[in-house]
Amino acid sequence: MARSIVSEIKRDHIHKLIADGKRVDGRAWDQVREISIQTNVVETAEGSSRVKIGNTEVIVGVKMSVGEPFADTPNKGVLSTNAELIPMASPSFESGPPDPESIELSRVVDRGIRESQMIDLEKLCIEPGKKVWINFVDIYVLDFDGNLFDACSLGAVAAIKSAIVPAKANGLGEDYPMPTTCTPVSVTSLQIENSLLVDPTLDEEKVATARLTVTTDDNGDLRAMQKGLSGALTLEQVKTAIETSRRLGIEIRKLIG
Amino acid sequence: MNNESMTRELVLPGDLLDAGTMKPGEGTYVHDGKIFAAMLGIKSVKSNFVNVIALGGRYIPAPGDMIIGKVIDIGPSNWLVDIYSPYPAPLHVNEVPWRVEFGDTARYLAVGDTLLAKVLSVDETKRVQVTMKEQGLRKLQGGQIVEISHSKVPRVIGKNGSMIQMIKTYTNCRIFIGQNGRIWMDGNMEDMVHAMQAIKMIDEGAQTLKLTERVKEFLESVYRKEE
Amino acid sequence: MGGNSDMKLIDENGIRIDGRKIDELRPMKIEAGVLKSADGSAYVEIGKNKVLAAVYGPRECHPRHMQNPAKAIVQCKYNMISFSVSDRKRPGPDRRSVEISKLISEAMEYVVFTENYPRTSIDVYIEVLQANAGTRCAGLVAASVALADAGIPMKDLVPAVAVGKVNDQVVLDLNKEEDNYGQADLPIAMIPRTGEVLLMQMDGHLTQAEFDKALEMGVKACHEIYDLQKDALRRRYAIVNAEAEEETKEPAEDVNEEA
Repeated sequence: MARSIVSEIKRDHIHKLIADGKRVDGRAWDQVREISIQTNVVETAEGSSRVKIGNTEVIVGVKMSVGEPFADTPNKGVLSTNAELIPMASPSFESGPPDPESIELSRVVDRGIRESQMIDLEKLCIEPGKKVWINFVDIYVLDFDGNLFDACSLGAVAAIKSAIVPAKANGLGEDYPMPTTCTPVSVTSLQIENSLLVDPTLDEEKVATARLTVTTDDNGDLRAMQKGLSGALTLEQVKTAIETSRRLGIEIRKLIG
Repeated sequence: MNNESMTRELVLPGDLLDAGTMKPGEGTYVHDGKIFAAMLGIKSVKSNFVNVIALGGRYIPAPGDMIIGKVIDIGPSNWLVDIYSPYPAPLHVNEVPWRVEFGDTARYLAVGDTLLAKVLSVDETKRVQVTMKEQGLRKLQGGQIVEISHSKVPRVIGKNGSMIQMIKTYTNCRIFIGQNGRIWMDGNMEDMVHAMQAIKMIDEGAQTLKLTERVKEFLESVYRKEE
Repeated sequence: MGGNSDMKLIDENGIRIDGRKIDELRPMKIEAGVLKSADGSAYVEIGKNKVLAAVYGPRECHPRHMQNPAKAIVQCKYNMISFSVSDRKRPGPDRRSVEISKLISEAMEYVVFTENYPRTSIDVYIEVLQANAGTRCAGLVAASVALADAGIPMKDLVPAVAVGKVNDQVVLDLNKEEDNYGQADLPIAMIPRTGEVLLMQMDGHLTQAEFDKALEMGVKACHEIYDLQKDALRRRYAIVNAEAEEETKEPAEDVNEEA
């Protein structure tokens, strides 16, 4: 409880800095913290990644198995994305079934991957209506210092890109790389007072009023968005958030390779 | 500092500290007549007591400690104060410098307020009481709060206050240090950022060599640049 | 234990399928202080196992009815992440991980000076990132390093290792194949200096003589692992010896001149 209450002094300090165009850690409003991406970190997964954005760290694994397609998409593989906010990552995370925060997070990450058609699910059909590849993308947050949407999305995309379809082990010929078509990147803008900033730290998130996650594809086209928190964004802020996501997305996409 | 504790030796839980001549001090335990380290820290010998000085860990309140607290709940006759410790501390209306009617507590201190207080008492099960009824104890407003490990507080202060004095001199900030590891500062925005960076340097490098010199170099470099 | 002793896991020269001798540990790596949010943390790799542990506390104990007015409670939670094993594991606790969590909690409760922190809880989270037999031991090794890293007062670090029987021979630190097709598995955790045993389980089939041999091997390996645990903490807190930097423990008000 004590941790969820932000001291007035800290809140005022962040507000004053932002009014001055500054941030607690000295970054510019549109500056992302240092990003590191490692792939193939877990052998037992078909694809995996460990991603750090500043002090936020996630590990993502892709597990693939053969199963039945959904009735309405008989010629497509199945994608399931799941994010776990495990208590290792933060004093404020608790064990137990997924809460609304982790479900929203899973769904926003899923939407970016699904709507950009990053995974060519038709190529993951083995026998229409009967056998397709089932993809489980499981995200675990290991260390939490803000901006889970972008960290989880980056981790998931990097893990998927590193995945090898385990055809051989399933008696389906030679293994081959996961069929992908593009690299979706999400960039989240946070509203504090009347200002926007990207890649928020936990302290910044605690005093935020609204957020907008924008996922773009390689062409800079929009593929998914999510507005969150109980504040309201102006139309101008929405446009700025989109422009920022497109611009920063180009650099971040290069890091994924 | 006396010569006895000139060497800074890292010890780990279970390390043998002494086999007979010394007395067990803080952070140690005795097993089979020998003294062992009970935590990770720096071995220190003072007047025949061998101690382990913690490098981390949570703040455990002791009577008389000056602390910086945060109000986290309000009752009709007291406030509950987070003191950056496993133990939240009630502040009773009789322990504040104002005359507060029953049920009127929220008018004086609100949830999220920061205060400079003193630990009044701690019982066997670590139930804590804090007080603001002493000169200088008060609600803190404006400025900025930094939280570090309580074990680094002596290093932030420095010998006879030399470290903190240096930071104050360069940055022109007013700074209060709570023994619980919360530090409050006020000054102009730029200066506070620098003071905070200096304190973070100490927090992260508390066991490293020539800390004072490095902090001084840092402060000198930022202030030379600005002039 | 599969108990299938037909499977040849040790060759005529006493070399195991991963190239080890019967009394040899898998390559082991320990790092302390790898996470920022936690009060203490550790990462352990042994062979193909990858395990993270994080410590929070002592902190206020919730729910309140679990508080003990005389001491802290130690709660370890062991969990395997879904992709740590070859068939995806559904997230969340199962009966196996609940049992392991209980045993590790009990072992850690013995070494932590819980009476220093009445009414609090010390929480240890162990996440298996990649599993290849011996994860409970790797988890325990990581947990005790993480507790020390968190500055928790404790008697000692606790190494742990599994010994087992494969092709009628006692072998140290089973890998996955040996665990699947071996004849016995005996995980042990102990304080090397005192010989106090803090965790012991066994399944399979061992004669008294085999058990004695296994125990001897396990004790020796625990000493080795213990050294690696200490080394990890020393590297994390790299201290420059003979440093005589000034500091003072004066009460804070002396420097808070306005107060």
